[in-house]
This record gives sequence, structure tokens and C-alpha cells, in this order.
Amino acid sequence: MSEGHDAQPEYLASSPDKEPAERTEVAEEAATQARLDARNRAQATDQAAGTEPAAAQPSTFAARFLRALWSANTVTVTVLAIALAMVLGAILIIVSDANVRRTYSYFFTRPSDALTASWNKVADAYANLFKGAIVDPEALAGAFNGTVRWERVFYPISETLSYTAPLAFTGLAFAVAFRGGLFNIGVQGQAIMGAIAAGLVGFLLPLPVGVHLLVALLAAALAGGLYGYVPGILKARTGAHEVITTIMLNYVALFFLSWLIVQEGIQAAGRTDAISEAVHPSAELPRLLAPVGQSLRVHLGIVLAVLVVWGVAWLLGRSTFGFELRAVGLNPEASRTAGMNVARTYAMVMAVAGALAGLGGATILLGTAFALTGAVVGSAGFDGLLVGLLGRAKPWGVLLAALLFGALRAGGNQLQVGSGISLELVSVLQALIVVFVAAPALVAAIFRLRPAQAGGLETGMAKGW
Amino acid sequence: MTQVSTVTFDGSTAIAEPVRFWTRQRKVGAGFLIAGVIAAVLFGALATDMQVRITLAETTAGSAVGIPGTVGAILFGLIAAGAGSALLAPIRRSWFAWLVGVGIVAIVLSFLCWQISQSSTGLNVMPLGNVANSTVRLALPLILGSLAGVLCERSGVINVAIEGQFLMGAFAAALVATLAASVWAGIVAAAVGGLFIAAILAVFAIKYLVDQVVLGIVLNVFALGLTGFLYEQIMARNQSTYNQPSRVPSWNIPLLEDIPLLGPALFKANVFVFGALAAVVLVHVGLTRTRWGLRTRAVGEHPTAADTVGVSVLGLRYRNVLIGGLLAGFGGAYFTLLSTTNFNKGMTSGAGFIALAALIFGRWSPIGALLAALFFGFTSALAFYLGAIGSPIPSQFLNMLPYLATIIAVAGLVGRVRAPAADGKPYVKG
Repeated sequence: MSEGHDAQPEYLASSPDKEPAERTEVAEEAATQARLDARNRAQATDQAAGTEPAAAQPSTFAARFLRALWSANTVTVTVLAIALAMVLGAILIIVSDANVRRTYSYFFTRPSDALTASWNKVADAYANLFKGAIVDPEALAGAFNGTVRWERVFYPISETLSYTAPLAFTGLAFAVAFRGGLFNIGVQGQAIMGAIAAGLVGFLLPLPVGVHLLVALLAAALAGGLYGYVPGILKARTGAHEVITTIMLNYVALFFLSWLIVQEGIQAAGRTDAISEAVHPSAELPRLLAPVGQSLRVHLGIVLAVLVVWGVAWLLGRSTFGFELRAVGLNPEASRTAGMNVARTYAMVMAVAGALAGLGGATILLGTAFALTGAVVGSAGFDGLLVGLLGRAKPWGVLLAALLFGALRAGGNQLQVGSGISLELVSVLQALIVVFVAAPALVAAIFRLRPAQAGGLETGMAKGW
Repeated sequence: MTQVSTVTFDGSTAIAEPVRFWTRQRKVGAGFLIAGVIAAVLFGALATDMQVRITLAETTAGSAVGIPGTVGAILFGLIAAGAGSALLAPIRRSWFAWLVGVGIVAIVLSFLCWQISQSSTGLNVMPLGNVANSTVRLALPLILGSLAGVLCERSGVINVAIEGQFLMGAFAAALVATLAASVWAGIVAAAVGGLFIAAILAVFAIKYLVDQVVLGIVLNVFALGLTGFLYEQIMARNQSTYNQPSRVPSWNIPLLEDIPLLGPALFKANVFVFGALAAVVLVHVGLTRTRWGLRTRAVGEHPTAADTVGVSVLGLRYRNVLIGGLLAGFGGAYFTLLSTTNFNKGMTSGAGFIALAALIFGRWSPIGALLAALFFGFTSALAFYLGAIGSPIPSQFLNMLPYLATIIAVAGLVGRVRAPAADGKPYVKG
């Protein structure tokens, strides 16, 4: 139902896809009430057909905007999904806190205790999340008064952006494969391989400033790309499902990393724990806000991420390879019939995705970690899957999703320090957000949104194995 | 696949697609030939002349079959090469599986001859009873998990969330078994934990038509985050109150436990061994012999047809996904009530995905899933055993073994498999 129906009589516009019987009924009803004004008539058809009143079509821009706002469009669904996830997260916070739980034991005698305790706990937690992710209002006020250094004001944003950069890469790594009809669950392993390659180049090769960073990044992309190519070629040649092979390769990469970092010449000299040498300063990604303060970790990686997002958007939308990729993703049989080499496309898609994930791993190593450890990549690879899904597998969407997840991750640190709530809450929130975004029908039903073209996760295929 | 397209235009010219020389059988054969020769040369050179002894018992004592290491490594390598060259020859189709089996076993034995012969004196024995026992134990969660997958996928719902169901099951088992001081309460709680994830999977996949692979991936992250969060918030702060379940009791069957090989594997058992085997039998009989099984298979292959004859497609899918959740949750209890006795973040370490691979490797059948799970269990048991005899291979590489075996199995041996036709496709009536 949209403005296209404006010119038609209301009873026709009401429901073109209902049974004819119902429509004539509606028509008759409308005809008998011809004396009523348009508004009443529209309500009658509305009740009969159970759809939106067509005569209520707004004409002013503001009214149209409000109407569109409360329909199940991409933005509204995403915002409401985040809200729903926060509500469920609040319940988890309440349930898992022993002190708050105790107040519920005498809920019926003094409900105000339980409610106040719950509210305080949740409000404190989410306030900390905000302070850790965006800005601490107190620090901002202090900075204007000159009592607090600006470094503290920028710290949350800097943290958010330094978590965003690798997530943008890993999110793209999932999204590109997803558009090609492949589930790249191996982002984690590819990112690990990228981090390893970046690290080896970073601390083994003595290269001049500038060249060193470039070579390290290229090596990371190459390593990740090769590691992504393996499941791609296996899928193309043998039909082995990429969900299984990529997951298994994640574990192989993890074990390889844990072996590598305790080898002589790679393990940091004089250390007994599993950590490698640190990369030379010439291979580090330069910090962007170093003049403001040394604690501001945001680095060139975020700029690279934006450039790569732009590049991938071009690749997917404008290049021949991107066209083939999307065609194969939507319908491999038709693409084969049209003369595309589906097997080669699968392998290439996975190689490109792997290269992106490898860059993500390199961003972590050269931007924030500097030395390889067993958990150097953290969960950036797995979070990349959610980022890719939340961004609806579109490059700019992925960047926004990475920003959100980076903010949640940065805020999560403050949540843990400030409120004593486990950082794991952030992964629960992230998973819930994606679940709700993946089911726009559920969100629309809960909030009674008007039906609209919901930006769901269009896989373009009824996927089986 | 080879002689399908014969197109006749005017009755005289039949265009047949040329039969390719490098069929899958020949490729596999060439692979075994090369691998066998490499094994004979490499393992033969590396092995020592120490006697390699293989016993049926659980300990290193007792009677054993022995062979000098070098001789064994070369001999078994050549047997693998022989199986490979037989595959290159035009043989009957039915021989394929047998020859592949011989090839795999021979290469593994050749490798073992090297590994065992170089270990220190006294350790150069392979107690098969022991290996059989740990094979079955390590396979237990995989059996239950892949059965959960069989139930879901035969009725047309892809279940990638087995890992998440394991984690919820393991967490619930540890928590409830500690609080109630009863492993049985823990097992019931584990099944409910699996059911919880299965219920989310069912509602979102069946009612809200979410892409099922996407949903499974997200549910795994959700379960990982939720159990991790509750672990840190509740368990880690007070381990003795919340995270100290006892182990399930051993049930040794008298007399039967003394059978060589099978005794230690199956009859020095516990609730998980009997539960898993019973579940395999029940699901197999149920799928092939009962009305429920026929309906399940119909719904998984052609839901429209099933609906036409009055089967409730969605109802059956809900029911099967939920039963699968119970089974996978029960399998999750293995991690906290048998293999260890406390919960840890992400402790299932990919077992749910190996179960998924076992399901595919076993071609969506309960018996196949059982055999595949045992195969993966054996690779893990082998990794343990090699670590125990002081293998020169770094432990990290030994730990890769089950994962690499899964890749090789899914990519190399299983070929293109056929899933239930409606697997992963949501059913919308009308």
C-alpha cells in the first residue's frame, strides 16, 4: 500500500490481493455508504479488508515521514531490534545480579525495593556502556572548564573506532562471500592467518618506513586470501560444504598459531609465555590522534577500512566480477547456463573474502596488538559474521554495523570495569540484535509496524546444503 | 553421470558425452597410490627396528601381535599403494568402498608403525581395547549431536546450532547438577537447555522463515555469549556452589565387559553410552518403520505432497526440531558430567560442527551418523594416544587431527551427497 494508489477509489486500493468475493462485499458496502465522507468510508473498507486506510494517505512531507517511520523499513526494524535486544539484556543483568535477585525474594511485600534496585542496576550498566562507547558527559563538561584533559573526552570514540576497523574488514569478508551465495564462517581463521603473516613480516623483515607497512598488509591479504581459497576450491571441485570446511579450518589456524608463537626465533626473547616478538615500529599503523594523547589508540586502520568499503562497494556494484558474484549468489544454475564459470567464481569469491579477513587480522596486529598471542584476533572473526549480517551484506551497511559493534565492544569494557558486568553481555546483545534483524516479521508484529518492504537478509535463494 | 546425454536427431546420429578417464574412482586411486608410496618410503625411513606390538587389551601387558617398525611401515604403505592401483583398474563399483577402507587403514597402520617404533621402550605398544574405549567416549557427543541433526534435517530444517545446543546443555547440566547435587537432575536440565535453543530455532525458522544457516550461526554466537555471561556472572564467582557437578556413575556389565575390544568400548559404560546407542536404534527404527518416520521423510522431501495427504508439515517440523534439541542437550551434558566435571566458556570447541559434519558424512541416516561419529572419535582418540606415547609431532598438530580428518572426509571421500530435498526450505502453505 503506498502513494501509488492515491488516484484509485479507496475500495479498490484497499486490498488488491484479497479474494474477489471480499472485494465486491467491500465495494457494495462502500457504495451504500456513498454519502459518508471519505474518512468514514476508508475506515469501513479498512475494517472489512483488514488493511491500512487508504484515505488516510498523508499528503504533507512530515506526515508521510511519520508514516514511513512506523513502517517495517530497514532503519526502523534495526533500531527496534537494538531496543528489543537491550530490553532482553536488561533482564539478563537483573537475573544475574545476586543483590538485585535478593530484593525479588520479598517482591510482594515491598515491590519498590526490587524495582528500584533493578532500575538502578540497569541504568548504571547502560550509562557505562554509553560512556565507554561515545563520550563521558562529565569529562566533556570538565574539558570545557579546563579541569579535564581532552584526551579523556576523545578516549571512548578512539576506542570505538579502533574496534570498528577490524570489524569492518571481517564483516566485509563475510558479506562478500554471502553475496556470492557462500557462508564464510572461516573469517576467524583467515583473520588469524592474516595476523600471522603481518606479524612475521613485521618483526622478521627489516624494511624501510612506509614500505614495511605496505608489505605487511599485502602479506596479510595474501595469507588470508590463500586460506580462504582452500574452502572455495574444495566447494567448487568436490562440493564439500563451506560451512563445515571453513569452521574446521578455523581450528586448524588456531592450533597453528599456538604452535608458531612458541617456536624459537618467533617467541619473544626472554619470555616463557606464548607471545611473539613485537613488530617493528616501521610496520605499525600510525596513530591518528597521537598529538592529543598517547592513550588514544585509533589508527590508520579505520581510514583503510573506509577506503576498502568504498572499494568493495565498487567491486560488487560496478565490476564484471561483482556482477558474476551476485549472479552466482542469486542463482548458480542460471549463471552456469548464462556461461559463467561458477566453480571459478566460488573459488575467487572465497579468496577475496579471505583477503579481506586477512587485512582485518593485520589491522589488529599492526594497529593495537603488535605481538602475536594465542588470542590475538579475539573474536573479531566471529563478530564479523554478525556484522556482515547486520549490515545486510552491503558494504556501507557493514561499515555502520561495524561502528555499532565497535561501540558496543568499547562500551563493554567500561561496563565490565564500571558496573562489574561481564563483557560477554555484549556478545549476547550482538547476537540478539542480529536475530531480530533477521526476522523483521517478528519485530513488525511486536511493535505493530505498518507493512513495508522490510530490508531483511535477502539471501536470494532457498538454501539447502 | 557419464553416459546420460544421448541426443538423437534423426535416428542415425547419437551424440554421447565422452566418458572421462579421470573419474572420481581413479582420482581417489591415484591419491592412494601416491600416498601409499610416500608412506612406504617416508615412514619406512623414519621408523626404527623396534618391535611394534598391538594388543587387544586395555593395558600394555598381555599377548600381542608384533612386527618390526620399518618392515611394518613399508609393508602397510605398499598395501595402501596396492589398493590405490586396484582402484585405477576397471573394477566393479561395489569394490570401491572396500578398497578405500583398506587404503585408509593401511596408511594409518604404516604411520602408526613409525610412531610406535620410535617411542621409548615400554611404550611401543598399542592397546586396542583402550583406544576403542576412548573412541566410543569421544564419539558420544558427536553421535547425539548428529542424531539431533538427522531429526531436524530429515524433516527439512537445517540445524547448524548443534554447537549452541551442546553449550546450553553443558551449562545447564553443570549448574543444576551442582545445585541439586544430582547428576540425573543435571541431565534433565541439559535436555531442557538444548530444547531452549531448539525452540528459538524452530520458531524463527518455521514461523518467521529466517534463513536457517544464518539463524544457526547466530544462535551459536548467542549460546556462546549467554553461557559465557552467566558463567562469569554466577559460576566463576562461586565455583563450589554453582560449578562442581559430580561425574555420572560407571555401569560395568559383568562378563560382557571382559569381551576383548567390544567389552571396554561398550560395556564399561555409563548413561551416555547406552543413551546414545539406544537413541541411534530408536531413530533408525522410527525413521524406517513407523508412521512418524514415513511422515518425517515425506515432509523433508516433498512437504507439499505431505500436506496434500493431510500431514501437518509445520507441526511435524516443530516436533522434530524440539526432540532434536532434547537429544543435543543431552549430548551437551557429556562435557560437564563425564569428560570433565566443570563448565568452561566455549568448552565444546567445535564438537557441534564436527557432529554436523558427521551428519553429512553419514548421509543423513542414523546408522551413517553413528559410523561417521565413531570415525571422528577415532581420530581424536588417536591424537590422544600419540600424545601419550611421546610422538615427535608437536601436540598442536596432533590436536588438528580431528579437524583435518573432517575436512578430508567431507571433501575427499564423501563426494557430492544429496540432502533431503526440502532441507532448509521453509514451507509456506498455499
